[in-house]
Amino acid sequence: MITTEIIAFGIAKDILKQKKILCQSPSGKISEIRQKLIADYPEFERLSSLKFAVETRYVSDDYVVKSREIVVLIPPVSGG
Amino acid sequence: MLNKEEYFRYNRQMLIPEIGEKGQVRLKKASVLVIGAGGLGAPILMYLAAAGVGHIGIVDADRIELSNLQRQVLFETQQLGQTKTSAAIQKLKLLNPHIELREYPIMIHSKNALGLIESYDLVIDGSDNLPTRYLVNDACYLRNKPLIYGAIFRFEGQVSLFNAVLPNGERGPNYRDLFPTPPPPDMAPNCADSGVLGVLPGVIGSMMASEAVKFILQKGTSLSGRLFIWDALDFSTFELQIEALVDNPLRGNPPQLKELIDYEAFCASDALSDVNILEITVKEYETARLTENILLLDVREPHEFKLVNLGGISIPLGELAQRCDELNKEAKIICVCKTGVRSKEALLLLQKQGFGHTFNLKGGIMAYQEQVNPTLPRY
Repeated sequence: MITTEIIAFGIAKDILKQKKILCQSPSGKISEIRQKLIADYPEFERLSSLKFAVETRYVSDDYVVKSREIVVLIPPVSGG
Repeated sequence: MLNKEEYFRYNRQMLIPEIGEKGQVRLKKASVLVIGAGGLGAPILMYLAAAGVGHIGIVDADRIELSNLQRQVLFETQQLGQTKTSAAIQKLKLLNPHIELREYPIMIHSKNALGLIESYDLVIDGSDNLPTRYLVNDACYLRNKPLIYGAIFRFEGQVSLFNAVLPNGERGPNYRDLFPTPPPPDMAPNCADSGVLGVLPGVIGSMMASEAVKFILQKGTSLSGRLFIWDALDFSTFELQIEALVDNPLRGNPPQLKELIDYEAFCASDALSDVNILEITVKEYETARLTENILLLDVREPHEFKLVNLGGISIPLGELAQRCDELNKEAKIICVCKTGVRSKEALLLLQKQGFGHTFNLKGGIMAYQEQVNPTLPRY
């Protein structure tokens, strides 16, 4: 199992009820991390449009997170 | 071009080598359209006016409410009920009589957006909802206008510059490269639903004003292609590199999107639309409550319930999962909150718990105040 650190902003932070979590997945692939988040926090299913960033860029679902890389969740916020 | 009073007025910024007299004249010639005279609009408008940006347009259809004053520092208590655009202009004229101000006390929508932005060099989006954000983005793309973007949520804010001309002549990334698909409406909450720290738009709006001034001066490195995020709660920052997406519907050849669309509909879609959300209007509710046996479930916070309520029982959304068993599964339940967003979330939660007879009060207490009982206090 691979452990990945996840940092959340916006509504994603609300869903996780914390800013940072550690997520366990078989190989650290983004699609697996997404599945795991949905399993642990079902509300993520409704945020299916959410893109995952690693370090400073969006990555696709088949990206495999390397050790010490951090996954960042940035949902849109709309207030003004 | 500048008169003597202006030389004195702008002296402190004209001393900066990057600005000087040439920069000050540029500012004076510039025209900027600010969409939204709210939390973000307040510092944006005050700093642009103070800096001597020569032509400023302000779009906002709202009137000043008491709950605005905690963050919208452009306004005063005695101005409650006044349109935000007229109050803003009153204040900005006192601040700087050398600039030209224009008010648009209207909602920006697909029919008027292109016309509104047409005569401005730069657009700044300080609006408070997702449909307007996509609308302004698309309109700016279609009319080749650079767009400064900022948005806030509780302790958190985002800033960027979209659609700026790059050295190779192409346009920089835009909002659809950053967020191609809108989330379900209740997952992009606005300040009225989820609250906001008063000083937050002060900081984020000031960053937007700073980007605007830099853009006009054509100095420094802009936020084009970068999204800056600040979380005041733990004072953390993050910068995301935004890349142009090949499937951005504005860009393709030919582009999928060649004109403005219905943005309310675009942003209303919910991935969970297979779940039945039945809504009733406030007028339907008025009739139903007299003739039927209804359980009104208010999912707002207790302090909101104290301010104003339509009766019913109060279980805040955050406690609902644990307190479901206080409700009768056979009852006809109508969920209510301030705007109808949180109550929809409550309804989904109840349906998952096996409640079969649930409805959402469309538009929430705000709609009830507007359409049924205007004497109820607003907050």
